[in-house]
Amino acid sequence: MKHTIQALVENKFGVLARVSSLFSARGYNITSLTVGETQDSAVSCMTIVVEAEEERILEQIKKQLNKLIDVITVIDFTNRDYIDRELLLVKLGKEKNSKEVVDKLIKEYDISVIEDAADYYTLEICDQRQYVEEILKELRQFNIRELVRTGKIAISR
Amino acid sequence: MKGAKIIIESLRKEGVEVIFGYPGGSVIPFFDVLYDAPIKFILTRHEQAAAHAADGYARSTGKVGVCVATSGPGATNLTTGIATAHMDSVPIVAITGQVKTSLIGNDAFQEADVTGITRSISKYNYLVKDVKDLAYTVKEAFHFARSGRPGPIVIDLPVDVQIQDAEFKYPEEINIRSYKPTFFGHPGQIKRALRLISKSKKPVILAGGGVVIANADKELLTFAEKIKAPVAITLMGMGGFPSTNPLSLGMPGMHGTVYANMAITESDLLISVGCRFDDRITGKLDAFAPEAKIIHIDIDPTSISKNIKVDIPIVGDAKNILGQLNKELEGFDVPDLSKWQTKVNEWKNKHPLAYKKNNTGKIKPQHIIEEIYKQTKGKAIIATEVGQNQMWTAQYYQFDYNRHFLSSGGLGTMGYGFPAAIGAKVANPDKEVIVIAGDGSIQMNIQELATLSMYNLNVKIIILNNHYLGMVRQWQELFYKKRYSGTPLKNPDFVKIAEGYGIKGLQVKKINEVEKKVKEILEFKGSVLADFLIEEEENVFPMVPAGEAINRMIGGMA
Repeated sequence: MKHTIQALVENKFGVLARVSSLFSARGYNITSLTVGETQDSAVSCMTIVVEAEEERILEQIKKQLNKLIDVITVIDFTNRDYIDRELLLVKLGKEKNSKEVVDKLIKEYDISVIEDAADYYTLEICDQRQYVEEILKELRQFNIRELVRTGKIAISR
Repeated sequence: MKGAKIIIESLRKEGVEVIFGYPGGSVIPFFDVLYDAPIKFILTRHEQAAAHAADGYARSTGKVGVCVATSGPGATNLTTGIATAHMDSVPIVAITGQVKTSLIGNDAFQEADVTGITRSISKYNYLVKDVKDLAYTVKEAFHFARSGRPGPIVIDLPVDVQIQDAEFKYPEEINIRSYKPTFFGHPGQIKRALRLISKSKKPVILAGGGVVIANADKELLTFAEKIKAPVAITLMGMGGFPSTNPLSLGMPGMHGTVYANMAITESDLLISVGCRFDDRITGKLDAFAPEAKIIHIDIDPTSISKNIKVDIPIVGDAKNILGQLNKELEGFDVPDLSKWQTKVNEWKNKHPLAYKKNNTGKIKPQHIIEEIYKQTKGKAIIATEVGQNQMWTAQYYQFDYNRHFLSSGGLGTMGYGFPAAIGAKVANPDKEVIVIAGDGSIQMNIQELATLSMYNLNVKIIILNNHYLGMVRQWQELFYKKRYSGTPLKNPDFVKIAEGYGIKGLQVKKINEVEKKVKEILEFKGSVLADFLIEEEENVFPMVPAGEAINRMIGGMA
């Protein structure tokens, strides 16, 4: 099962390496990790989506994160009400019916065309992870030339 | 003030009296200041030994041990010692030189990414790029090393920072928002623990390294005697509870006593104090203390419910929590445990720790340990290497005093014991310091005989020489059809080696010489290396095969 954990950390040299080496050293699986400054430039926020089959493993992950000296607090969003977003940029190669497909997707989902080039569209998709996955499923039927995604960020309600 | 002077002054502010280390190109400014400083310097002959010596100094005193090495190979040689200290929660500060800041990342001569390499084997590490950060860094490093769950801290110090100038002002206090260890047990948890204790009919205390580190030996004794629970003492817990106390069960686990393992298996309440339930203690997890509720006292929350599901966790310092429990226990009516005590005593009488004496005509290693115990009256500081020598020492030397047993438990580092003994001797010049080694492990840092000799330290080296890497040979005998692959040793003449370094060497071959020779060794004013030729295929028993339940022991059940 996937869990979303947020760690507020000191915004300084080497902290990302400490967190990522903790995960690799202990064999925990990271689905995504995003990091950026918060309202306080001395503090960064890491949103980590982890795979943990057992409650015991999830507890260990949280405790191990908390144990890192540069980690200030750890919030587990499991069983909490929160808002999340993930950003995707996709280059979709133009084919005969591309216009229809893109128009249909725009109607159904929160998608915008940010570049309409001669032979491709660049789409921007910003949504909750579950919708992002749905959109991706649709898009995979077409000619995806390039795809980049940010990983999930989250904030509590 | 120059950076090198700032760091030395900062070390003095932290009360550092001795540094173990080895010089090199990137620490010359540091050594130049050290030359005039009122800090003793001990030159080891390999950086690994410097880290272990700082560790032995720390374990035997509770103070922070300090070691120093140059950049690149100097620093990488320290890493085994840093990892050893990390696994056993030993407070050391390792200072490594680094190439000058403008060269970092350029694959410069003797450059290694020391903070990268030591990240997962230290409690914290620093690369100091600005001389203005230096004093604060040292303050923080010592704070992290000794507080909470102690551990090694690495300060990587580029050579140019050592010669840059800054104003020296040592911080009085530090406050780190992201680092607040818990020291006292939660009162609610203490009450819940007491409720379980008052209902338990078959309690066992499991005393780990946390008791030693927290100096909680007196509190544990009071606690155990109050609730009348038998105490199993892990390898790291040796000295945290007197082995000769009638409540002692000795060591549990893979090479533990039958009675410790039986008592844990049948207990209805296991009170773990500063023990992290290592696999060498638990054996097969689902058969470990299957009937017991578990109270777990530990300063590190990650130790709790990591391997074993805990019923009542109490996070905090063992000394404080046992103190809190003891206070609540005033006027406590101990449940009637006579049946349990009878049962435990039955196991003790039926399956004592034992070995066959004189059945082969060769010296038994256990006999040597017993003799050393008898003649030192248990008052010596004993360091061990790793393997059979370590287990026999844990089984047959009785540890009644805290911080008198130095051994690499977690990492299991061969080559630890001898330099650790050197560190302990430097810290405790008035105490007898003995290292019990194997013929394999002594050769991993044998060059330190030069350190002993140079500083005229009095350390007794006992080699249990069976011409094998004995513990691996034992596994090969028992589980690999006696195919002794890679384990037979052709050894040097240890007596001549000792003499070559200017140290008294002697060899003991006969059983009837053991008592006399141990006396001669102990009475000699100065270091002695004693090569005891022992029964070659003697095994450490009892033994729980890896992955088995701890009550399924081989050997010792007869």
